[in-house]
Amino acid sequence: MSLYSLTLTEVAKKIKNKEVTIKEVLDDIYSRIEAVEPKVDAYITLTQDLAYKRAEELQQRLDNGEDIGVLGGVPIAIKDNICTNGVKTTCASRMLENFTPIYDATVIKRLEEAGAIVLGKTNMDEFAMGSSTETSYFKKTKNPWDLARVPGGSSGGSAAAVSAQMAYASLGSDTGGSIRQPASYCSVVGLKPTYGLVSRFGLVAFASSLDQIGPFARTVEDATMMLNVLAGHDNMDTTSANLEKQDYTEALVNDVKGKVIGIPTDFITEGIHADVKAAYDKAIETMKNAGAEIKEITLSYAKYSLATYYIVATAEASSNLGRYDGIRYGHRAEDFNDLEELYRKSRTEGFGPEVKRRIMLGTYVLSSGYYDAYYKRAQQVRTLIVENFKKAFEDCDVIMIPTAPNTSFKFGEHSASPLEMYLEDIYTVPVNIAGLPGISVPGGFDSKGLPIGIQFIAKSFDEKNLLQVAYTFEQNTDYHTKEPTIEEGK
Amino acid sequence: MSVSKEDVKHIANLSKLNLTDEELEKYTTQLSDIVSFANELSNINVEGVKPTAHILDIKNVFRKDEMQPSYDREEILKNAPSKDAGCVSVPKVVE
Repeated sequence: MSLYSLTLTEVAKKIKNKEVTIKEVLDDIYSRIEAVEPKVDAYITLTQDLAYKRAEELQQRLDNGEDIGVLGGVPIAIKDNICTNGVKTTCASRMLENFTPIYDATVIKRLEEAGAIVLGKTNMDEFAMGSSTETSYFKKTKNPWDLARVPGGSSGGSAAAVSAQMAYASLGSDTGGSIRQPASYCSVVGLKPTYGLVSRFGLVAFASSLDQIGPFARTVEDATMMLNVLAGHDNMDTTSANLEKQDYTEALVNDVKGKVIGIPTDFITEGIHADVKAAYDKAIETMKNAGAEIKEITLSYAKYSLATYYIVATAEASSNLGRYDGIRYGHRAEDFNDLEELYRKSRTEGFGPEVKRRIMLGTYVLSSGYYDAYYKRAQQVRTLIVENFKKAFEDCDVIMIPTAPNTSFKFGEHSASPLEMYLEDIYTVPVNIAGLPGISVPGGFDSKGLPIGIQFIAKSFDEKNLLQVAYTFEQNTDYHTKEPTIEEGK
Repeated sequence: MSVSKEDVKHIANLSKLNLTDEELEKYTTQLSDIVSFANELSNINVEGVKPTAHILDIKNVFRKDEMQPSYDREEILKNAPSKDAGCVSVPKVVE
């Protein structure tokens, strides 16, 4: 068995026990990347020089008998909207093509303190806006399960890198499903923590009240290891929750007896692929057999999440992206006569079509005459959705729904109609609207062999219940043990 | 309610984006589609419902007003597209 097919937990142990050196682990993963990356295109930037330098330091400390951390020597990939000191952070946009941060995001500091090594920065939809990673300015990432199809998005590069075994784990960001949906499409575990649990300092902002950083991993155990490192209060993020530090590995128990799992039958209705529905029904059976109590619940406002999301998220984006004016950093147009023209040309040249569409939509819903009809109303519906979930959690511990209504689609399939693409987010968006934690776990394959994800959702800051149920589901299924072919589908 | 070409011209202007005629056509159709979809919210009774801007029950988090080291000027200027004499340079603003 090759080193790169080990789990994060296994490779960390081998390094710690000195069965392998950190350099051997790095050599192995970079040669895997060399072999597979030309087909998958998951990375924008690779950081070999920095990685080998860090490997040397860590190995020296390990050889001196020091504890190098729970992720000691483990190579990890980072979505390219998370700031890395001295390493380009482009957001897959021409606007930030040459932007090199002068500080690390808090999550990068935490990972490095725990001994992780950054392998490189991964491809994504431009400014995290999209569900297929097709809006990247640089390249299209392919789904390792069928190279003719999208990996999902916006964190498509991070999902594909873990799926194709080009990283032991990775970081993504999730504003409306950007971790869970690509995890579902690529058959890996994707965790979006509760809003406020993981610091957003150094994450390039898209929609500040919805954005959250989280891990991709090959198993629930690995994702839990990552969460243990990432979670915690940070003074640099005013929305960071100040809670006592927990050990989430305590939740890795294969047991759901006494747990109540809610099935929102009024939400899972039309527009769902028959194979996804079948996998979902099978997943319910799996949990029942594992000892959980299955209970029907109602989430009558959840269907309005998508409309709410595309108003709230674009409004926040139009404001957040106002900072890209070609002055202090980012793309500046070459020819201009005055300041106004500098702004206009820099923004027109620097942003791609999806970003422009969302900036304009956000500007529209915030503009005079439409504010009350759209933005304020969406915020009120948001309240109804939040209350809807609160009520539902009086009757159950964890809610289970599919991660996405369909499996991965072909490149260009939804390019003509952005709205069609937006509908793919129907099952992930409600979780961000209510700020809840959600996780996608491999849950089967459709008739073409494309992955299906099962999503679990818990109360705010109840990651322990979430992880225990997800872990039990994983331990009672074998979908996570399947490896992608990295070929074109038939 | 649908989005007109005039609306798109207006919001592109507010967003400081230039659109070609072709883009104007395309965005008018696409934004109309999305806005009509969003109109489903107009059927919901929201009377007396408080708006949620943010799901956490926190506001105005301040740190102590103490001096802390900041970033080095030269480091910051490395990302500036144009600079002069330790400053970011821009075209003439005041006539």
